[in-house]
Amino acid sequence: MTSVMGSPDATGRFGGFGGRYVPESLMPAVLELEVAFREAWTDPLFRAQYTSTLESYAGRPTRLYLAERLSEHLGAQIWLKREDLAHTGSHKINNVIGQALLARRMGKTRLIAETGAGQHGVATATAAALLGLDAKVYMGEVDVKRQSLNVFRMRLLGAEVEPVKSGSRTLKDAVNEAMRSWVAALEDTHYCIGSVMGPHPYPWMVREFQRVIGDEARSQYLVATGSTPDWVVACVGGGSNAAGTFAGFVDTSARLVGVEPEGGAAIGRGVGGIVHGMESYFLQDEFGQVNEASSISAGLDYPGVGPEHAYLHTIGRARYDQVNDDQVLDAVRLLARLEGIICALESAHAVAWLVQHREEIAGTSVVLTLSGRGDKDAETIAERLGFLEGESYA
Amino acid sequence: MLERTLQDLRTRGRRLLVPYIMAGVEADWLSLVELVVERGADAVEIGIPFSDPSMDGPVIQRAGETALARGATPLSVLSELRQQSFGVPIVVMTYYNIFHHMGDDRAIGELRRSGVDGVIIPDLPFEEGARWRELAARENLETVQLISPATSDERIDEILSVAEGFVYGVGRMAVTGEQVELAATATAIAARIRPRTSLPVLIGIGISNGAQARSVVGAGADGVVVGSALMRRLLDGESPDALAAFLDELRSALDDA
Repeated sequence: MTSVMGSPDATGRFGGFGGRYVPESLMPAVLELEVAFREAWTDPLFRAQYTSTLESYAGRPTRLYLAERLSEHLGAQIWLKREDLAHTGSHKINNVIGQALLARRMGKTRLIAETGAGQHGVATATAAALLGLDAKVYMGEVDVKRQSLNVFRMRLLGAEVEPVKSGSRTLKDAVNEAMRSWVAALEDTHYCIGSVMGPHPYPWMVREFQRVIGDEARSQYLVATGSTPDWVVACVGGGSNAAGTFAGFVDTSARLVGVEPEGGAAIGRGVGGIVHGMESYFLQDEFGQVNEASSISAGLDYPGVGPEHAYLHTIGRARYDQVNDDQVLDAVRLLARLEGIICALESAHAVAWLVQHREEIAGTSVVLTLSGRGDKDAETIAERLGFLEGESYA
Repeated sequence: MLERTLQDLRTRGRRLLVPYIMAGVEADWLSLVELVVERGADAVEIGIPFSDPSMDGPVIQRAGETALARGATPLSVLSELRQQSFGVPIVVMTYYNIFHHMGDDRAIGELRRSGVDGVIIPDLPFEEGARWRELAARENLETVQLISPATSDERIDEILSVAEGFVYGVGRMAVTGEQVELAATATAIAARIRPRTSLPVLIGIGISNGAQARSVVGAGADGVVVGSALMRRLLDGESPDALAAFLDELRSALDDA
């Protein structure tokens, strides 16, 4: 058994979860990727290139901000890790810079990606532009409609956006379509998966590219307070911002909390399964058909969860709770009014958890990863809060 | 049973035709199975529809969605299959989650009770499939392995060391689907696998007509699996006679090869 949040074993397993369940046509590609990532991640030159790109281009380190009015409101000390301030507006850029540099190192000239809310698609389109690579992004037709701002951004950045019309026409189907297209383009194309999911080495690799969130937050917190926080909280769809955050705190006494949307709670309401190349928890019907997730945030509308989260749940190192869409909307408004920050609906799940558990966290300290900004969600939020009708929604 | 039957046919000089039918795609899908057997199928591949068929192209996806919309479930399909015997081996193709969800032991038991002789599980690569193969072998359920144009020679030999039933050579670096032109990789993969195994070698994915079937047999394959070309005709509403004519084309191309 490997140490918690260290490297997975040779078959890519975190306890009983993970693995490499891909068709033989893709197997050589994922094996090649694993070797390439291992080499790159132990190469100081690659690490330096990754770190300096994040600093000079993506705006790292992001701030760890003591949210005083929110703290006062909740009776706890709340520190926000401001991934919403990273270039492109979310933590997705950390992973994409890593994978795009790796793709170039492997001699690939083209990136493909799936996206739900569009943040990963925008990040992929951005990294492709930065490094002179071609990019094509698969996005469920339903999401194309509800995240039109990000579709526009991707196209402006020079990426091709392909609406996916199969299945439920959301994130899980975009993953299927990206995998299908990857098989036919392995020579020149890297599949840039946007979360800690998919076949080995993706869950491990993406967590490593995201651990900069947790590593920064831990040292920033230490400098500010001289200690470690009582709680570390992040939202979980596939779970990349949570995995990156948890990685920085897993060896402290902090209690780790992943917040799932009620309508897409793979850990809370799913069962064990093997889909999209990995063994993990998935929302399924009684026959093993994968159910659609349903949440107000397109980015968390995924019926599965990264295998490492399944493992952290099983061993009890992290706790996974759920919040519903109404609580999320209240949290968006609360953060906007108290702190002047409009966060993404995804990130608002973590904020909603604080409100829901204010008695439990009273008098303690919390580091919360605010994974992205809310511009993309303005229309959805306005519709739900009645703003477009001119109603008062105070 | 699958391997022995195909080997016997092969020894007698017969080229092998294995059509694919999505279970539950229409109410009387079992009569489609009968039809392909009548027109000379040597085994039949039967798909169990799955919500996330990541190895399948548009035609098989549509066939699966149609079957799911009609209410087909793994158990309903297997229980229908149980009502009839066809005189040729039956190979079930689906994604591993369907079996995993049932539990490996129960899935293997249900498959055998329905007279299924072999399985093709595209997302269960040989590294992950050891436990499944062991359990299945105990019940004489043969697990077919896939080999793709991207598979190295060393890996081909590893895969062949656990292969049963027949070897499924992937003709194209792509998901399932019809092709106007046969990919060069289809004949190349047949030629690469042939000298390395005494198992029957069938090529599938991108085999769309008699001429293409003849080409891969000419390159060393023992036969072909044909899925999308058949299912597309069915979904387009072609008559049983037209389907029979297409199967006859494949059959005679193989017989003349």
